[in-house]
Formats: sequence, structure tokens, C-alpha cells
Amino acid sequence: MMNKLSVNHLLGIKYLTKADINLIFETADHFKEVINRPIKKVPSLRDITIANLFFENSTRTKLSFEIAEKRLSADILNFSSSSSSVTKGETLIDTVNNILSMKVDMVVMRHPNPGAADFLSKHVDAKIINAGDGAHEHPTQALLDSFSIREKYDDLKGKNVVIVGDIIHSRVALSNIFCLKKLGANVRVCGPLTLIPKHIASLGVEVMTNLKDALNWCDVAMMLRIQLERQNMKFFPSLREYSMQYGLDKQLLDSLDKEITVMHPGPINRGVEITSDVADSKQSIILEQVQNGVAIRMAVLYLLAGKIE
Amino acid sequence: MKHNDRIILDSTQFDLTIKRLAHQLIENHNDFSNTIIIGLQPRGTYLADRIKAELKLIDKTYDIPLGTLDVTFYRDDYRRQNNPLVPSKTEMEFDIEDKNVILVDDVLFTGRTIRSGLDAMLAFGRPKMVELLVLINRRYERHLPIQADYIGKNIHTIVSERAKVSWSATDGEDKVILYTPDDE
Repeated sequence: MMNKLSVNHLLGIKYLTKADINLIFETADHFKEVINRPIKKVPSLRDITIANLFFENSTRTKLSFEIAEKRLSADILNFSSSSSSVTKGETLIDTVNNILSMKVDMVVMRHPNPGAADFLSKHVDAKIINAGDGAHEHPTQALLDSFSIREKYDDLKGKNVVIVGDIIHSRVALSNIFCLKKLGANVRVCGPLTLIPKHIASLGVEVMTNLKDALNWCDVAMMLRIQLERQNMKFFPSLREYSMQYGLDKQLLDSLDKEITVMHPGPINRGVEITSDVADSKQSIILEQVQNGVAIRMAVLYLLAGKIE
Repeated sequence: MKHNDRIILDSTQFDLTIKRLAHQLIENHNDFSNTIIIGLQPRGTYLADRIKAELKLIDKTYDIPLGTLDVTFYRDDYRRQNNPLVPSKTEMEFDIEDKNVILVDDVLFTGRTIRSGLDAMLAFGRPKMVELLVLINRRYERHLPIQADYIGKNIHTIVSERAKVSWSATDGEDKVILYTPDDE
């Protein structure tokens, strides 16, 4: 079995091979067992220091990375841009190099600009993990989503997955499309055409505009949040209209031909993209996704740390 | 097998050794009511399986809980090897709090795997007592102050030699071979 990643940084799913993804999954299987032990901590990264640089708000991802790092015994530096010198005009490279001169080995970064992680990896001497860069990629989210589907269905090959909602602003959607396709799943997107990127067909993804048809086609539905913070113009008339057309409620879920699995990357806007009774139903694996996120991030950190000279 | 490789235990001796180890355990553990066996992954688990089966053959009431423990994440040579080690499965379906633990591995060499195993084991509780059982003890090559309580066979080797334990379950035959390095 291959036991090394082909990449030195995790910048996006598009740079990973299928073997890389499977190696991350197999490693995450072991970490999932570790985090369910009475003592949930292993000493693997005790000589590694990791900086978490969040230039954009995050709750789940930041906490998930932080707990993954702690479970691996790494030392952690936390940084968020709202309380930093970035507001005084410091450039990204200067900020990061200042942090690295404190002997940091790995950087987990979330940034509003697409390509920020890639840029950083070319200019600083540390392993970079992209925790979301603008509307570009969010690789660990896609890995944990596919890992959760694999857990439920064993294999993703031939599974039908529909991603519903705000595709155009979603790094989760793009990373998921890359990841699902690499693992052999069939992917479609569904939403109002204003929220679907123009050239999405070039990724081998079909577009559907009727939610019920899309749900009847799929095994798994990933419901995305409407990212109002990234929308500086009107993409649809009102949230109420959106949720009537593209929101998933229990009545719709129960009217389908088969029992599908419902996923959501969080944070949920209850009552907009899905209703509370769907989010909390037995078909939803939203909380499994969160637990798997820790195991996946431990696997990524562990495997990349293995590449530090 | 090359001409300078030698068999340390053939299948008859191997079988006798397993029987002797099982009887030694009975002497020290009486009815095994508070005992747990843990096989270290990957190759200690075969020996642990055999010891458990042998004990059950001797007395049907000896049904000792058996766990397998992977030590990969506890090793001290992570990032010091070119090829990172691939972890194996850990299956510990029980708590080891206040138990007598018999830690099992096939070959005791530098002692580093056992050191990692002791650390890994503590994630499952604080045992009352831990003993170490190995099939092959390579003397004089220890890096750490670790000794086994039950030993199948002591051998004297040089560092470059390699002791390989084969199991009938996976390799077709029970035997132990000492591989010696090529002359050239």
C-alpha cells in the first residue's frame, strides 16, 4: 500500500490523486478509533508547532482543526485577522513569515481570497493546509463529506450525489465535485440558475433546476447554505421564495421514491435550505460529518507532518 | 532460503514452545479471571491468538479477553524514516483498568516497539500489572531497559541479522528463521 501523499501541502482536492484520497481515508479510519478511546490523544506530532491563521470567520472548521491538532499533541498558535496587525496594513507574506520565525512547522489558513493558500505555499517554508480560500476550495470539508458517504455506503463508485443551492459562491461545492468525481461518484448540481456557475458542465457535472427530480435521482443530497455574506447583488427574489423552491422539508423528503441521505456542511440556516425536522431526522448524517471532520483533519495533519524534513 | 540462513525453531519445536509458554502463564495467573491478553500489531497478534487458543485447549474455562493494539502513532521514529509506517487496526473492546495484562509480541529486539506499546496501552486505562511475552528474544541489542517475562527462545545475533517468525495461519508453516546478511 502507498503510505505517502504525492503532495507537500493540502491546497485543494484538484491536486490530489485518488490514491492520496484513499490514503487519507484509511488513516482517518484509525484516527476515528483513536478519538473514541477513553484517552483520545496520541503523541505523534508532539514536536510539531501549527499556526491556525483565520483571516475569515469560522467556528466549526477552526474548532475541528484545533481539536485535531490537540489530539495529535501538536503545539498550537491561533490567529484571527480581526485582532491582528493585518488591519494595520501588513501583507500576508509578512504576517506569515513573522509567525514562522517563531518556528512554526505547519500553517492552517482560511482566507477570503481564492488562491491564498497556493500563493503562500510558494513563498514560505512550512506545510500549508487550506481551510477555505474564498469561493475556491475547502479540501478538508470535501474529504470529510466523501469519508462520511463512504462510511454509509462503503464505496462512492456509481453513487449519485446532488449538491443543492448556492453553488457559485461555494468552495465546499467545488472541492466536493473534484473529490466525488475522483472517487467515481456521479455528481449533479441543483439550484436557481443565477447561483450556478456558467461553465460547470466542463467539470462533468449536470445541472438540474427541479429539486424534487434531483432528489429522486440521488442517493445523497448535500444541502448548501445560501452565502448571503458573499452576495452583493440579488440572485433570487427573496429567501422565502428560495426556500419554497429549493428548501428541503420533511414532506418532500417523505414523498421521494427511496430513502436518501441528507448532508449539510454547516452552518445550517434552519428553515431556509433545510427545515429542522429534516436536519434532525435519521436520514441526516450532519453530526457524523462533524465527528468525521476531526478524524479527517488528524489524518491530513499526520500525513503532511510526515513530509517535514 | 540461502545457505547461511538457519532455522531457529522448526514446526515441532515451535509447537512445544507455545505449549511451554501457555503452561508458564497458568503457573502465574491461576484461573485468569482478571487477565487480558494484548497482541501488538502487526505480528504479535498471531502469537496472541495462538496463546489464547492453546490455553483454551488446556482448560476450556480459560476464555481470556484478547485485544490487538497498534503502536504506530506512539512510535519515537515518526518522521525519522523515509517511508512512514502504515497503521494496523486497534481492537480493544474492553477496559484494562486494574487488570493483569499480558502484552504479546513475536520478536523482542531494541525494545522500542514495546515502549510504544506500553504508552499506547495506557490510553485504555491503568492496568494493575503488565507482563511481556515474546517468542524470540534477541539479546544484546536492546536500546531501552525492557525485558520479557516469558520467552520462547533466546538468540544471540548481530544487528544486521533478521529473525522472521512464520505462522501456519498466514505463511503455511510454523517456524522461525534467522536471515543473515549477504557476504558481498
